[in-house]
Amino acid sequence: MAHGKTGSGSSLLIKGGHLIDPAARVDAPMDVLLQDGRVTEIAAPRKIRGAADEEFDARGLIVAPGFIDLHVHLREPGQGHKETIATGTAAAAAGGFTSVCTMPNTTPVVDSSEWVKWLRQPERGAVVSVFPIAAATRSSKGATLTDFRSLQRAGAIAVTDDGKPILEDTIMREALVLGAELNLPVVQHAEDTRMTEHCSMHAGARSFRLGLRGMTAAAEASVVERDVQLAIQIPNARLHVAHVSTADALKGVRRGKRAKARVTCEAAPHHFTLTDEDMQDFDSNYKMNPPLRSASDLEAILVALADGTVDAIATDHAPHALHEKRMEFERAAFGITGLETALALAITKLHREKRIPMARVVELFTAGPARCFDLRGRGSLARGSVADVTIFDPKKKWTFEASKSLSKSKNTPFDGWQLQGRVLATIVGGTIVYQ
Amino acid sequence: MPMNAARGSLLGIEHLEAAEILKILKFARRMNPDRPRPLLKGKRVLLLFYEASTRTRSSFEIAAKTLGAHTVLIQAAGSSIEKGESLLDTGYTVRAVGADVIVIRHPNAGAPQLMAQHVDVPVINAGDGMHAHPSQALLDAYTILRNKKSFQGLQVAIVGDILHSRVARSACHLLSKFGVKIILCGPPKLVPEIAATLAPGIRVTRHLEDALRGTDVVMLLRVQKERLSGLKIDLPEYIARYQMTPARLKMAKKDAVVMHPGPIIRGLELTSEIADGAQSRILEEVRNGVPTRMAILVRAMGRMR
Repeated sequence: MAHGKTGSGSSLLIKGGHLIDPAARVDAPMDVLLQDGRVTEIAAPRKIRGAADEEFDARGLIVAPGFIDLHVHLREPGQGHKETIATGTAAAAAGGFTSVCTMPNTTPVVDSSEWVKWLRQPERGAVVSVFPIAAATRSSKGATLTDFRSLQRAGAIAVTDDGKPILEDTIMREALVLGAELNLPVVQHAEDTRMTEHCSMHAGARSFRLGLRGMTAAAEASVVERDVQLAIQIPNARLHVAHVSTADALKGVRRGKRAKARVTCEAAPHHFTLTDEDMQDFDSNYKMNPPLRSASDLEAILVALADGTVDAIATDHAPHALHEKRMEFERAAFGITGLETALALAITKLHREKRIPMARVVELFTAGPARCFDLRGRGSLARGSVADVTIFDPKKKWTFEASKSLSKSKNTPFDGWQLQGRVLATIVGGTIVYQ
Repeated sequence: MPMNAARGSLLGIEHLEAAEILKILKFARRMNPDRPRPLLKGKRVLLLFYEASTRTRSSFEIAAKTLGAHTVLIQAAGSSIEKGESLLDTGYTVRAVGADVIVIRHPNAGAPQLMAQHVDVPVINAGDGMHAHPSQALLDAYTILRNKKSFQGLQVAIVGDILHSRVARSACHLLSKFGVKIILCGPPKLVPEIAATLAPGIRVTRHLEDALRGTDVVMLLRVQKERLSGLKIDLPEYIARYQMTPARLKMAKKDAVVMHPGPIIRGLELTSEIADGAQSRILEEVRNGVPTRMAILVRAMGRMR
């Protein structure tokens, strides 16, 4: 299949499609012209004046800014048996993501500018744009801050100790203060690990029945409360709550936003699709952290996705090798993949079932995430934007087969699910990288 | 039960039909530990015990031998499990060595399930973490029926560390299927309110008198120090409020019986007078474990008619 390239001189015209660009407030049939890696023209159908070397027939399809995933584990350096930057970004492209923000809990932890630069080198074979999130503390041990300035200069777009929380009040405060100075978001994996030792799922009737120790909603909400309080006190601090999963944590986020603090948050598709009761008995493909929560938590996330409290959908794509999942539930690794099912789950659950407007769904994949981490030139197709485009069929029904996933790992609860909504083409910098 | 678990597996009570339970108990009545019957002649029963056990292990072993089967015991200590061999690899290995049935006790909930899903051999759960202990629930049901004739109108009180107890969970699932009224009793840390959601017909109380009034069967549980994982329980306070004594037992029905899955800790959850008293059925439970487990093994091999 010919891949359109728009390196210097060549161009691609996407015609006949319905453009949804929430950042530019466009939701109408529009043709889009890409040239030299940028969006050069948007116009009503057949009204584009520029010429194009290649054309893409987008009739019946939605044309959107390339999706941005704020939370992806690409597993390099050091854990290439689970995923590589090459395989992970291939899966991202198949899911319609043109930009992914990669988490630093690798081996070693990405806590130096050398590793940040390493991640961005073309030798890594990334098929989409990779934006590193660097560690907030050295080796993510939570004791000493890393050199935010040098990490930012090397290309880090945020800092986090993801996988672990920053628990110490003084360290979190320091991180937010330094982040404020540099306009760098601090991403928090909100979990009071002192309360969740030996826990492998949500604390509720299901965990009691299964004889498993459960993580309470309070273990997440208490950390979010503390962080939001700090974000309100520290001028210009930027707090981003990763994978929010509970109604109580969302209350904290709302409080922060009402107080005009720069608080943002993301939610993962599995948290708006599955509850702890949906888990197949002891199936570690349903095991992740934060865990699947209660029905009322899921409802709260749906409300928050609709009303803007949640800024972005982020997959928390967490690939693990078979031997790391296929073991006793309590010992199995936490995490599931998510890049290739995200859009379909959003369309199936949010749009079709909950009637959330398609423009809002697209916003959660584009303008929302772009704003969270200041990914300039992305998340929109306004003239001059980077030519990152996602073209999808919102009506296409298909069955997700884990064995056909482009990720190296197949740890997902959605194997065999019948979904609606499929990516038909993903364009990065004007080049079709998935079709 | 997982879709591809071998027929005859016994992984838990929760998903077992009441009719099937009665069938097993009826068959157990026909089993006599003193009368060897070659129903499993030549079969190989692999006992895979990742956790300590006296009763369960020895009664499965005796049950298997009485049926003419060969038994092999693999304990975690002294096996390749110490070398880091995974659960499933251990399963594939014992299958390859010739196991016809695997009886497994494991500290992690769901381990027997995982084994059953991937290893093509009937798997019997001899206790998995805090989750389930189906053979114990069955022998307890057997014991109750021997003493009370029927589940109709019965009230059972379970006193003690419910939170960590696979015995309590399995007992609740089983008794609930037969409409038995179940009262769980103990301090909030060991008997959280959510325990009432386990199955229909369960309520929680903090007061022993409340639990015992009108009760036909008192099941006592040990405080499981090995599973406390940091929970601080005031033992003297526990003894003061929940220890079973003859005076307290009088609050139950006159013909109430006392049960306990063992091991008992004299002076903690019960006094010696209770353990050795006329209303205790504790040793009878142990005796009943053999015919019950004989039935379970015969069922596992598809020979229970």
